[in-house]
Amino acid sequence: MLQTIGRRLLTVIPTLIGVIVVTFLLTRVLPGDPAVYFAGPAATPQSIEEIRKKLGFDRPLPEQFVYYVSDLAKGNLGNSLSTGQSVVEEVATRLPASAELTLFGLFVAMVIAVPLGILAAVKQGSIIDHACRVIATLGVSLPVFFTGLLLVYVFYFLLGWAPAPIGRLDIFYSTPDRVTGFYLIDSLLAGDVETFRAALAQLILPVVTLAIFSIAPIARMTRAAMLSALSSEFVRTARASGLSPYRVVITYAFRNAMLPVITTFGMVFSFLLGANVLVEKVFAWPGIGSYAVEALIASDYAPVQGFVLTMAILYVMLNLAIDLLYGVIDPRVRLEG
Amino acid sequence: MTEPLPLLDVHDLTVEFATRRGIVRAVEQVNLTVARGETVGIVGESGSGKSVTSYAVMRILDRAGRIADGAITFSGVDVRHASESAMRDLRGREMSMIFQNPRAALNPIRKVGHQIEDVLLQHVQAAPSDAREKAIAMLDQVRIARPEERYHAYPFELSGGMCQRVVIALALACRPQLLIADEPTTGLDVTTQKAVMELVVELTRERGMSTILITHDLGLAAAYCDRVVVMQKGRVLETARSTEIFKVPEHPYTRKLMRATPRIGVTLRDLLPPDAVLPDSKPAAAAAREADEPLLVVDDLIKDYPRNAMSRTLASLFRRRDIAEDAAFRAVDGISFGVKRGESVGLVGESGCGKSTTSMMVMRLLDKTAGTITFDGQDIGAVPARDFARSPLRGRIQMVFQDPTDSLNPRFTAARAIADPILRLGTARGARAVRARCEELAHQVGLPGELLDRFPHQLSGGQKARVGIARAIALGPELLVLDEPTAALDVSVQAIVLNLLQDLKTALGMSYLFVSHDLNVVRLLCDRVIVMRAGKIVEQGSTTQVLNAPQSDYTRELLTAIPHPPI
Amino acid sequence: MNQAVSPEKVAPAAEIAAAAIAAATVQAETKAASPAPQPSIFHHARYVIGENPVTGLAFAIFLLIVICAVFGPWIVPYDPLASNEATLAPPSAIHWFGTDQLGRDILSRVIVATRLDLAIAVASVALVFLLGGVSGVAAGFFGGWIDRLVGRLADTIMAFPLFVLAMGIVAALGNSVTNIVLATAIINFPLYARVARAEANTRRNAGYVLAARLSGNTEMRILLAQILPNVMPIMVVQMSLTMGYAILNAAGLSFIGLGVRPPTAEWGIMVAEGAAFMVSGEWWIAFFPGAALVLAVFCFNLLGDGLRDIVDPQRRT
Repeated sequence: MLQTIGRRLLTVIPTLIGVIVVTFLLTRVLPGDPAVYFAGPAATPQSIEEIRKKLGFDRPLPEQFVYYVSDLAKGNLGNSLSTGQSVVEEVATRLPASAELTLFGLFVAMVIAVPLGILAAVKQGSIIDHACRVIATLGVSLPVFFTGLLLVYVFYFLLGWAPAPIGRLDIFYSTPDRVTGFYLIDSLLAGDVETFRAALAQLILPVVTLAIFSIAPIARMTRAAMLSALSSEFVRTARASGLSPYRVVITYAFRNAMLPVITTFGMVFSFLLGANVLVEKVFAWPGIGSYAVEALIASDYAPVQGFVLTMAILYVMLNLAIDLLYGVIDPRVRLEG
Repeated sequence: MTEPLPLLDVHDLTVEFATRRGIVRAVEQVNLTVARGETVGIVGESGSGKSVTSYAVMRILDRAGRIADGAITFSGVDVRHASESAMRDLRGREMSMIFQNPRAALNPIRKVGHQIEDVLLQHVQAAPSDAREKAIAMLDQVRIARPEERYHAYPFELSGGMCQRVVIALALACRPQLLIADEPTTGLDVTTQKAVMELVVELTRERGMSTILITHDLGLAAAYCDRVVVMQKGRVLETARSTEIFKVPEHPYTRKLMRATPRIGVTLRDLLPPDAVLPDSKPAAAAAREADEPLLVVDDLIKDYPRNAMSRTLASLFRRRDIAEDAAFRAVDGISFGVKRGESVGLVGESGCGKSTTSMMVMRLLDKTAGTITFDGQDIGAVPARDFARSPLRGRIQMVFQDPTDSLNPRFTAARAIADPILRLGTARGARAVRARCEELAHQVGLPGELLDRFPHQLSGGQKARVGIARAIALGPELLVLDEPTAALDVSVQAIVLNLLQDLKTALGMSYLFVSHDLNVVRLLCDRVIVMRAGKIVEQGSTTQVLNAPQSDYTRELLTAIPHPPI
Repeated sequence: MNQAVSPEKVAPAAEIAAAAIAAATVQAETKAASPAPQPSIFHHARYVIGENPVTGLAFAIFLLIVICAVFGPWIVPYDPLASNEATLAPPSAIHWFGTDQLGRDILSRVIVATRLDLAIAVASVALVFLLGGVSGVAAGFFGGWIDRLVGRLADTIMAFPLFVLAMGIVAALGNSVTNIVLATAIINFPLYARVARAEANTRRNAGYVLAARLSGNTEMRILLAQILPNVMPIMVVQMSLTMGYAILNAAGLSFIGLGVRPPTAEWGIMVAEGAAFMVSGEWWIAFFPGAALVLAVFCFNLLGDGLRDIVDPQRRT
């Protein structure tokens, strides 16, 4: 088992190299003089020259790359122009906010989409099946930012049920002591139920937005995978052996159907990490997505680069985890690979 | 003396399927009984409804299917109107089924031992404490070696024959009264086939079980069944004891099936209906002159498949010398043979013996690793496969493929498919000349002209096979390689196509290299036979000598494994 | 290329007789098994649309979108860029979709934006179809270094969360519509290349491809004449589905301020402009462009599903 993990880790290395090279190139292909961009709109010719020397833009490209990589190794992603803070610090501070939102959203989506997909496949042609297909097609057609705005309008403005979309916590509450950075966990750890409820209330709408967005691909894939598994020959054997419906559907069909569903999660994460940025803008969520968007508007390039790199590395790790999970479930991959 | 009630009584059964084209009757007014301890064979070609009947008996029909009429009584239970939970109790415990394609019939990600346990626990034939013991005992009963180890195996780790044994174990674990075997040996090698059938017979006889054997293979049915039921297009045409049905078949269809089955002691013509018109087989004048000269000579041919380059690199990185040096898989291991002009040579062997790889190399679709392939005195082995399409010799060696559906481009009409070699390498120029040639070829292979403008999905299996043959002879090749050309066809269509192939060979003066696993067919069509095993030639010689008086044990083993109908 | 042996070697008598047996015995076969000739593609399309009215609806919406895109500027009631005093007016008889904070008529802006959004989507999809389709098919059919190269390229792109990569590309190359098109094409490249590669790869050693080699076809000719026509239908289905995604992507980028700049009318940027007002109750500013987005994407997704049914009924979802 350790051997499999080791082998998989090896395949991650070329991917990481590719990611680093691409993010490097992304800043070096800026039209015009990159030093001007990094110095900011208010720079004098002197400060531009300083930046140019400091960030090594006057060196040949391969040398720049070496500097870039060694900076990365030291954990240096540069500084933000607008805040002056180190990008790495800001990203580290803001990451839990995004993570809490995304993970919660994914969890809710899975809890709804997977059973929905299974039921739709088992009761093919029924109301549930049609509802599932409609939800799936509609779900992929809704722009995530539009859904968010609609939810805000209905549940905050019209009904007053949800709090104002101004971030993770209402100003009346103080942020809990940072243990994990997840407000829900930290407030519980501190025994502060009031803050927990307030944080939860702020989370509901953005989480529902992300969940609506994710339900469609997951439900669709679960349904398709289940249909395929249910019509397979080994399920026919299971039925012919008189096994109970639970065994047939769950132990035989679903476990096999999980495999393509798990593979889909890679794609779902890709969409989610992107949707995260949009949702953070709608709900003024202080995560790394909004950090990048603010930096973009201010033409502040170092944070954008840091953001892209962080997200990419995160995503590579997530994919690795998915691969490993797949290997746990599918013995063919384990034993032949 | 009254006869005891049959175990299974199917009365006037009709099964319908709802399809996009409307309601289709797959099974119509079928009557069938199986007594206790009896083995009944249901024989029929594709579309006869034989499998659907058994699915109806087990009530595992597709969602779109339903029992429209009739009654099914099993051990006194009204199957048609029983509740689903009552049926679940019956399935696996009182009646069970084994299927074609055993590996697909097993859950790929569940250990085989656990799968057997599932059945035992479901029908309360074991408690959680002794389920494992009993599962291992079942594996032992189906003759799987080292059952305690194999208990933990996954289906992909087992061979096809072993998978089928596991499926049998699943089916017999709860000691049912009736076993339905749906084409259990199709797709298995003939030696494995024999082993599996003997196992089934032994186990069912031991337990006094009844069996229904569903097959398209008359010989198989005759060899292993007490009674035979013949079905066609959803109806039962004839039911009789297997000894009678082969000696005095009553229904014309049964007679036709009987006649069309390749067996010992008949000629190709005997496979056809008696009213068929016989041509005078005057061989082509030119061919008579050149007969007996060597056309194809294969000398010490070797084909290696290198192991995955990546794993070798990684292996040497990690200093696993044993893997790095274990360079290749040798599919063909130094074989030598020849085909003379006008001769028909059969290349036989079980799956994995290298016969298909050899034929691909002869065809120059695949490159050899070592050895020579000489055609009409020229070394064609030296020309790489990707360049051979441009060689002047290309048109002289052609092939008829096994799967008629796969070998036709779904977007080409039959005419366009046949015209392809003519357009590329032929002499006819201009649309009219090409079309005329296509029509001529269609006529030669007995394909009605109006079918030329149809697409493959609008043609039957036999028609598609003819299109493939017309395309293969379009350039007048001297050597035709046929890779199991009739394996995918019904036996009556096979008889026609085999005769067609023989007549074309005579008329066009071709030589054949006929690759097959079916020794009976080879006996009918070939002058000489080459037997292969694990990449080597085990025996070669004239058909009469090899098949009637084989020298090698392996050939003898193959011959005895073929089920013989009692004719 | 002349063949060495002419077909005139045939002995006429034997040939005719062989054909006679074969033909006589094929009569029964023909009657039994031959289905009627296939109706044309139009009949089949009409059947599918008729059977599934939702596809028909999608087609109708598609026509509406195309009309708006083509004739937009001429059918709008007001100048989409003209502001007037009636700012933040809710939907009414004179302004069906209301007006925004600068008094511009929202209905006019939504209609005119159709052209831009559609153009961006069509351009990106066409670009990726060409690049991804061609390289994918070549990779699947020829294998070898082409396969490895295309695979590496696809994997490198797929290593990023796609929208994030699009943000990075537009940020790097500059904030313009062209770059949105380019970024969308790049992030869709892996999917196309994968689909094309898989289709070509499955067919690479199909029986009819081997037969084509036997008939003297060169590899290139096989690729163009035999493989491509079989791969095209699936690629076209993929195109329709990607149109929807491309529209969403472009709108998303505009929403965060990339690509399109005010006062250009584009659905995404209109939603962004209306977002703040949504919270304070002026819902129509963001709602109508958002609804237009939903309608367009929904339409393309349904069309894609309907196309898939026409092209390959076995793959219905």
